[in-house]
Amino acid sequence: MEAFLEYRHIHKRFGDNHVLDGVSLTVARGETMVILGGSGTGKSVLLKLTIGLLEPDKGHILVEGNDVTSAREAEWMEVRKHVSYMFQWGALFDSMSVYDNVAFPLRERKLCGEADVEGRVMEKLSLVGLEAAKDLSPSDLSGGMRKRVALARSIVMEPRCILYDEPTSGLDPITSDSINRLIKRMQSVLGVTSVVVTHDIQSMFRVADRVAFLYKGRMAFVGTPEEARSADHPMLRGFIEGREPNESES
Amino acid sequence: MDWRRMRIVGGFEYLGGLTLLARETARSAATSAWDWGDILYQLDLLGVQSFTIVLITAVFMGMVLALQTAYALSAFGAKLYVGGVVALSMTRELAPVLISLMVGGRVGAGITAEIGSMKVTEQIDALRALGANPVKKLVIPRLVAFVLALPVLVLLANALGILGGYLISSFSLQISGRFYITQVFKLLKFSDLISGMGKTVFFAAFITLIGCYNGMNAKGGADGVGRATTDTVVLSSIVVLISDFFLTKLFLAL
Repeated sequence: MEAFLEYRHIHKRFGDNHVLDGVSLTVARGETMVILGGSGTGKSVLLKLTIGLLEPDKGHILVEGNDVTSAREAEWMEVRKHVSYMFQWGALFDSMSVYDNVAFPLRERKLCGEADVEGRVMEKLSLVGLEAAKDLSPSDLSGGMRKRVALARSIVMEPRCILYDEPTSGLDPITSDSINRLIKRMQSVLGVTSVVVTHDIQSMFRVADRVAFLYKGRMAFVGTPEEARSADHPMLRGFIEGREPNESES
Repeated sequence: MDWRRMRIVGGFEYLGGLTLLARETARSAATSAWDWGDILYQLDLLGVQSFTIVLITAVFMGMVLALQTAYALSAFGAKLYVGGVVALSMTRELAPVLISLMVGGRVGAGITAEIGSMKVTEQIDALRALGANPVKKLVIPRLVAFVLALPVLVLLANALGILGGYLISSFSLQISGRFYITQVFKLLKFSDLISGMGKTVFFAAFITLIGCYNGMNAKGGADGVGRATTDTVVLSSIVVLISDFFLTKLFLAL
């Protein structure tokens, strides 16, 4: 299958902490790749590298075949038109209403008139079930609502790829399930490529076409969810079974 | 690396970062359209809403200055000339510096707290991810608004300070109001006003850039934003006081 994203031997350090130590991964067009890993293992860093919010120390990142590793900010702006990012805590703009948050990328890029903006914003808000909340401020929203608004904002440009950073963390099981359904729907209806960073195993089994397990700065496993279930990597097994691996295993 | 060396390296890194932000701001301001809606909003927030602080500072500064000047001049029998001394001191030095310190503290702290909160909640990353330029969106409206507002606030402070001196002269020093005003206009020249207000254009730029830079580099959570805000107030005050000396020499030489 044609690759949408390619990470080649990516290294990233923060001071003495070598977070990514030669990560290589390919995400095919139209697939949903779930990246699993413990807290602080560099999953979000990998996503931020993908749209130029951080720079790798070494290695190459290819988006739709183009090497964007040393792209300038103007070139990243082009990438960000097609690759959107849903932030872990939503990162909604406090000073704007829900409507203005979702309309922000359209207005910023001046791609359409205000009438079209309204149509597109309301369509995406209805997709996440929040048309009634359009005039609320982000501070009036619950955690789940904030994530859904963030999702509406990240799909309003109709991107070809969405990067989800912990889309279900801190949510109740029912809200998590509605987010998972939305992620699946993005893939089936819009055909988008998705990279989902999570440590929510239920979510992983619900949305993943393939799973990558990030451990000690490298991809310790890449395969289907079924292969992950029977994988012999002790940390991944511990992760899936929700238990600490024995000393002999790790 | 010992802590002294780390602090020196950190100081140079800070200076380098601030210079890069200034360059990026100048480049963005020159190459992209300004959002006048945002600039007007910031003019209200940074300028109009600073009026009370300016009113209180300037009137009381003028009153104290009149009292102190009269006390000093009375030794030479020159108490009557208090109006001219108050006007000159206010316009050339006291209003520009003290108003910049007072309003700058308020504005700089507000800018750092707002942008710092945006930084630690990933809103600045979100701006970039959604196709916006944070410098254009956050720095330029604040910089343009404060560079426009501060000289006007200082002009107001000059008038209010002279008014404060007038009140003390008339009601406490028994100097005729007409004589006080005559002395003000006799000594005060247009170049005095320009030299005082000219300095505040630079002060406004320094305060805004420091406020924005510290906000954009805030780390951690509420604690990090608090520290960045304190740093802005301290550093912008120091920069105003030090640059005042060099700008005064520059304006005297012109």
